[in-house]
Amino acid sequence: MSHRVRVNPIACEAHGMCAELLPERITLDEWGYPLLDEQPLRGAEVEHAIRAARACPTFALLVARERDAARDGSR
Amino acid sequence: MNSATAPTMQTPPAPPAATHEQPAAALPRLLAGIPASGAMTLEDHLAVHGEMPLTGTRRRRQAREQAAGLIDEVQRAGLLGHGGAAFPAATKMRAVASQRRRAIVVVNAAEGEPASLKDRTLLEIVPHLVIDGGVLAARAVGADEVIVCACESAHAGIEAATRAIEERDERVSSQAPKVRLATVPSHYVAGQETALVSHLNGAPARPTFTPPMTFEQGVARRPTLVNNAETLAHLALIARHGASWFRQVGTPTQPGSALVTLAGPVARPGVYEIEHGASLSSLVAAAGGASARLHGVLVGGYAGSWIGAEHLHGLALSNEHLAPHGATFGAGVVLALSELACPVAETARLARWLAGQSTRQCGPCVHGLDALATSVAQIAAGGAQARAARRVDQLASLVARRGACGHPDGAVRVILSAMDAFQAQFADHARHGPCDACARPPELPLPARTVPSGTQRTALRR
Repeated sequence: MSHRVRVNPIACEAHGMCAELLPERITLDEWGYPLLDEQPLRGAEVEHAIRAARACPTFALLVARERDAARDGSR
Repeated sequence: MNSATAPTMQTPPAPPAATHEQPAAALPRLLAGIPASGAMTLEDHLAVHGEMPLTGTRRRRQAREQAAGLIDEVQRAGLLGHGGAAFPAATKMRAVASQRRRAIVVVNAAEGEPASLKDRTLLEIVPHLVIDGGVLAARAVGADEVIVCACESAHAGIEAATRAIEERDERVSSQAPKVRLATVPSHYVAGQETALVSHLNGAPARPTFTPPMTFEQGVARRPTLVNNAETLAHLALIARHGASWFRQVGTPTQPGSALVTLAGPVARPGVYEIEHGASLSSLVAAAGGASARLHGVLVGGYAGSWIGAEHLHGLALSNEHLAPHGATFGAGVVLALSELACPVAETARLARWLAGQSTRQCGPCVHGLDALATSVAQIAAGGAQARAARRVDQLASLVARRGACGHPDGAVRVILSAMDAFQAQFADHARHGPCDACARPPELPLPARTVPSGTQRTALRR
């Protein structure tokens, strides 16, 4: 089962903790919101990602399983 | 057409890949037999369209078979959603039908798009066809409730739908599903699926994060089928006449007819029923011809794409014909911009309006659309030159796919397509500043619904 990082953009308030804790996957844009590399996480990255998700003050960072990450919202 | 008509409109239609030959089938469909004014009564509706099929059965097994049969028929018909995304209707229905809990059907006539009038028009003129569609969809997915959602500003539509529901209640004994009307705030994003569900659940009409998807957990946490009002009106006809009848008009990949809201410098702007794949020139001709030369046409609405005047010749209105121009049919908006207008000033105003329509939940949308509007305004004012144009590209990539809904993506699409379709004008403004036309009154309807007041009660074929 592969994992990816995902962000809930409504919950995210640009605290930037995720970029500190998972710099290999997350950088911040000019306003402080995360830019994600959504390729499947490799090896120890999964653990790091879960740690970053737990550290997010608004619980906006999610570690989604492959199946969940493939689903998308509709407009 | 007279000599003032844009040259691209003068020659008869020659849709590029319009291949199939079908026996003539009558249009209008949705607008068949409509009265000169007011709504079709239940009596009129039954006289034109006949009784609604699948009028319900007490025997559960039979009801299930009928329901499955309708979804299959919708699939064979190839009905796509008319709300903008052109999602296959049968796929959505199956997703809801496969859920365990009792479902709800939401008929989406919220139509927050200021350039679109088709859904309020449908509700206003043929409320029973729309409600039939909702009721049939409810039977198909096993729902016991149908909620018809109308924009709070669509007074005539609300009135017609209210009366239609009363008429039905009088005629039919209390058979499920129950039908009720709900009004929706008139802002742009309110008709987005999750925003609508949020509103019906008593929260603000703003998009929510998915999952859970609406088909799993929507209104009252029940599986919810949200379909555009026009989609359901087509479904009501497919249930009566079948898939092969439906496919007698349209293109093989986008069968059937569609409502189009035509605005701009034409003699009779309004809502028209066309065959998918009908030419733009036939639509404009049906509207009495263009009264000015055109800069271009915005297809799909304010989340759509501009097509420059040089590409309008022979343009056909279906997704496959529009794809080479980077456009989609969307919710059927066709907005022509006269050559008297300034496309740069219009785009700057549109960009600012779109930024203001953000529900201000997602950071990239809040900051990005505001910055985008600022950059476009800088280009329009001149002096910003290449720097502002580069900034627009940078912002576009920063904003795209980073919101909970598609609003930022739509805004980016329409702005970039304007800069592409009107390259010369944008370059001219960047270099020399405002043009004479910049001071003209705006042509794009923002934000009040001042577009086509009269509904044209005509239809045309490809």
